[in-house]
Amino acid sequence: MEVAQTSTGRTGTMNGIGAYLARHMREYGLLFALIAIMVFFQIVTDGTLLRPVNITNLFLQNSYIIIMALGMLVVIVSGNIDLSVGSVMGFIGALAAVMIVHWDWSVYLAIPACLLVGIGIGAAQGYWVAYWKIPSFIVTLAGMLVFRGLSLWLLEGQSVGPFPKGFQVLSTGFIPDYFGIGRPNGTAIAAGLVAVALIIWVGLRDRAHNRKYGIEGEPAAFFYGRNIIVAGALLFVAYKLSTFRGLPNVLISMVVLTVIYAFITENTTLGRRIYALGGNEKAAKLSGIKTERLTFLAFVNMGMLAALAGLIFAARLNTATPKAGFAVELDVIAAVFIGGASMSGGVGKIVGAVVGAFIMGVMNNGMSIMGIGIDYQQVIKGLVLLAAVVFDVYNKQKQG
Amino acid sequence: MTPLLEMRSITKTFPGVKALDAVNLTVMEGEIHALVGENGAGKSTLMKVLSGVYPAGSYDGEIHYDGNVASFGGISDSEAVGVIIIHQELALVPLLSIAENLFLGNECAKGGVVNWRETFQRTEGLLKKVGLSEAPSVLVDRLGVGKQQLVEIAKALSKDVRLLILDEPTAALSESDSQALLDLLLELKAQGVTSIIISHKLNEVRRIADRVTVIRDGATISSMDARTEEITEDRIVRDMVGRDMAHRYPERERRAGEMLMEVRNWNVWHPEHSERQVIHDANLTVRAGEVVGIAGLMGAGRTELAMSIFGRSYGRKISGEVLMHGAPVDVSRVDRAIAAGLAYVTEDRKTLGLILDDTVERNITLANLPAVSSRGVISEARETGVAEKYRAAMNIRTPSVFQKTVNLSGGNQQKVVLSKWLFAGPEVLILDEPTRGIDVGAKFEIYGIINELSAEGKGVIMISSEMPEMLGMCDRIYVMNEGVLVGELTAAEASQERIMSLIVTD
Repeated sequence: MEVAQTSTGRTGTMNGIGAYLARHMREYGLLFALIAIMVFFQIVTDGTLLRPVNITNLFLQNSYIIIMALGMLVVIVSGNIDLSVGSVMGFIGALAAVMIVHWDWSVYLAIPACLLVGIGIGAAQGYWVAYWKIPSFIVTLAGMLVFRGLSLWLLEGQSVGPFPKGFQVLSTGFIPDYFGIGRPNGTAIAAGLVAVALIIWVGLRDRAHNRKYGIEGEPAAFFYGRNIIVAGALLFVAYKLSTFRGLPNVLISMVVLTVIYAFITENTTLGRRIYALGGNEKAAKLSGIKTERLTFLAFVNMGMLAALAGLIFAARLNTATPKAGFAVELDVIAAVFIGGASMSGGVGKIVGAVVGAFIMGVMNNGMSIMGIGIDYQQVIKGLVLLAAVVFDVYNKQKQG
Repeated sequence: MTPLLEMRSITKTFPGVKALDAVNLTVMEGEIHALVGENGAGKSTLMKVLSGVYPAGSYDGEIHYDGNVASFGGISDSEAVGVIIIHQELALVPLLSIAENLFLGNECAKGGVVNWRETFQRTEGLLKKVGLSEAPSVLVDRLGVGKQQLVEIAKALSKDVRLLILDEPTAALSESDSQALLDLLLELKAQGVTSIIISHKLNEVRRIADRVTVIRDGATISSMDARTEEITEDRIVRDMVGRDMAHRYPERERRAGEMLMEVRNWNVWHPEHSERQVIHDANLTVRAGEVVGIAGLMGAGRTELAMSIFGRSYGRKISGEVLMHGAPVDVSRVDRAIAAGLAYVTEDRKTLGLILDDTVERNITLANLPAVSSRGVISEARETGVAEKYRAAMNIRTPSVFQKTVNLSGGNQQKVVLSKWLFAGPEVLILDEPTRGIDVGAKFEIYGIINELSAEGKGVIMISSEMPEMLGMCDRIYVMNEGVLVGELTAAEASQERIMSLIVTD
C-alpha cells in the first residue's frame, strides 16, 4: 500500500491490522454480530432459520421495519427523532382499507392517495419541528397519540379486509422467472449475481480512490475477506429464494430504496448537508445551509416511508387492524441505533440501519421459531440494544 | 522565600506521544507565576497532572507541595490542600444563581438542608472580595464572560485557595475586563495567594508575573525572574517558538482600491428584548485590498453588527442597506449573503464554525458544495483535491484531510474555518477574533493569510479585542461603543490611547 501522506499525528503511530480493526470495530462488529446471530439461530432451530420459506418470510416480516429505518436514519442523523411512525403506519393501513374495501376505490388511486397523506402527515409534524423549533420528541409523541386515535376512529375498532389481489401483491407477490427455468428461479439467481458484481465493483472503485488519495484503506485481507463473506451470503440467499418462489416484490422495493437512500446520504450535497445539520446546526446554518427546510424534508420523507410501510404491512396481513403498527416505532428506532447512529445526530449510515433492522428481525424470527415467549423476547431485544450502544461508547472512549 | 510547589522531572506519556518530558516547575510562595508556551506545548497537561486530573501513578516524577510529597488521586485531593484550577471552559451552571454556583458541591448545609441565609451572606462577602456588585441571586447566564470568570475566582476563594491556577483566564475577555482580572490577581497576591497563570498574552504576562516559565514541546525551556532580570516579549517569544520572530506582524503593501462594500444606516434590535436597539445607524465602507478593523470593548456590538449583516444571523427588525460595487444586494439569508460575496469567520469556531466530528475535508467544502459536485452528486476526487489544495496553501497541520477537526489544535482549526470561507469565494471577509486562543506561531500565519487576501484585492473586516493586533494589521479602524460607530481612524492616526479615548469620551 502506498503511503502518500506524511503521517505525523496520533493515528499515524498506530499501524497494522490490529490497530485498523480497533478503529473500525463498529462496522465489523455489526457484520459479525449479524453472522453470529444467524449461525446461532440456524443451529438452535435445527436449520429452520435458513430454509427457503423462512428466508422469504424474514424479508416479508421485516420489510416495513427496514423501509421505515431508512427514513428514521435520516431523521436521527438530522438530530431529531420520530416516535409517530408506528401510529402513522397503522393509520395509513387503516386508511387504505377504508378507501379500498369500504369506498371501493381503485388500488391505483388508493396507493398514491395514501402516500400523499403520509407526506402530508410528515409535513404537518415537520412544520412544527423545523419552523417552530418544538422538540421533535414532543411533536411526534403527540403525533403518535393522534394517529393511534385516528386509526381506531377510522376502523371503528373493527378489522377491515380482505384486500383485492392487486393490493396484496405489494407485499406477497413474487417476481416471475424471466429465464423460464421455473425452479430454481432464474431471475433470483441472476439478480444475486448482478448484486454481487455491483458490490465488488463499487468496493474496488472506492479502494482505488482511497489509494490514490492516500486514505488509509482497509487491509487487503479484510477487504477480500469481507467481500467474500458478503458475496457468499448474497448468493446463498439468492439460491435459497430461487428454490422457493423466487424474489418477493417487497425485497426488490427494499433493495432499491436502500440503494437510493445510501446514495443520497453518502454521495449528494443534500445528504452531506443533513449530516452537517445534525453535526452542528448552528455552524451549518452559518455556512448557508437551509437548516429549517432540511429538517422539514426529513420529516416529509419519513411520513412518506411510514405510509409505504403501512401499505405493505396491510397488504401482508390482508387486513387492517386497529392494533397495526403498535410499538413498531421502537423497533425502528432500535434498529437505527444498533446500526451505529448517534442520538445527538450527525452520525449513522443507511447500511448500518438496515443491518441493525436485520439483526432485530433475525432475533424476532429465530426466537419465535424456538418458541420463546414474547416476554423474554422483549427482554432480550432490550439488552441487545443496550449492549450495542454500550459497545459504541466503549469503543469511542478507548480511542479518545 | 520558600517554594510552595516543586514539580520535578514530570514525564507523562499518552499512547504514542510523550506529552511531557522531564518538566520542572518551581513556584515560590506568594508569587504570580506565568506558564507560557505554544498550543500543544504541554501546559494544560502539566496543570492536569498538578491538579490530580491525571492521578498519581499515571505519570513519572515527583510533586512537592508545601514541603511534602504530594500524590493527588483526583481533583478533590488537590482541592483539599488548596490547589484550585480554573479551566478555560468555565465550569458554571448557567441556570443556577451565583450563590448556588459558588457553593455547588460544597453547600452550606446541615444534614442535606441548605442554609440559604448563610449561603447568601458568604456569597456577598466573596463577591465583594473579587469586586463584583451583582446580587447573589442573579443567574449566572445573565453575566458576561468577564463576570463569570470573577465568579469562578470567588468560588476558588470559597475553598480557601492557596495555589490558584488559571488557564488562559483572559482569552475571552475584553481589554477592560482583562485589566480588572489582572488587578484582582495582584490583590490576591497581596493577600498571600500564589497563582499560576497560563496565558498567550505576553503583555499581560509581563505586567503581572513575578516569574515566567516557558514550555516547548513538552520540555521546560527557560525560567525567568522578573525581579532580577528584565523579561522582554521578544525573549519569551523566542523561547516559545524556538526562533527569533523579527516582526510580529508581517509587512504588507498598503493600497486601497475601488469601493467594494458599503453598509448604510444599519439598525438592529435585540432578538429577545424587542425594545433594545443593539446597533444604531452604522455606516461603514470597505475598499478592495483594504483591511478594516472594528475596535471596541466586549459587548460593544461588533459581533452583532457582523452577524446581522451576514444573512441576518443575529437580531430582529434589521433595517439598512448593503451595497457591493455600488449596487444594493440581498443579504437577508446566509446563502444570499454568501452569493453576494460575503463570508463571516466566527469568533466561536467550536460552536459556530466547525462540525467537530466531521473531517477537515468535509468542513472545508461545506459552504460551497456545488463547486465540488455536479447535479447534486459530490465528486469525491474533486472534494479531496480541494481539501488538499487548502491544506497545502494554509499549512494546515493534520495527518490527513480525513482527520476529524476535533483532533486539531486551535490554530489549525482556525485555518480550516478560514479555508472553508476562502473556498466559498467571497469578496469581503469578516474575521471575528481570528486569532483568539491560538498560539504565536499560528497567529503569524493567520496574519500572513490576511495579507495575501488583501494582495488579491479582497476586502477584510477584522474584529479583534487585541489592540496591538488591530494596530499592526489594519489600514483603517472603526471604533464601536454601545452599538454606535463612534469614530474612524486611519492606520497613521490610530493608537491604543486614541481608540480608548474615543470609547471613553462617547
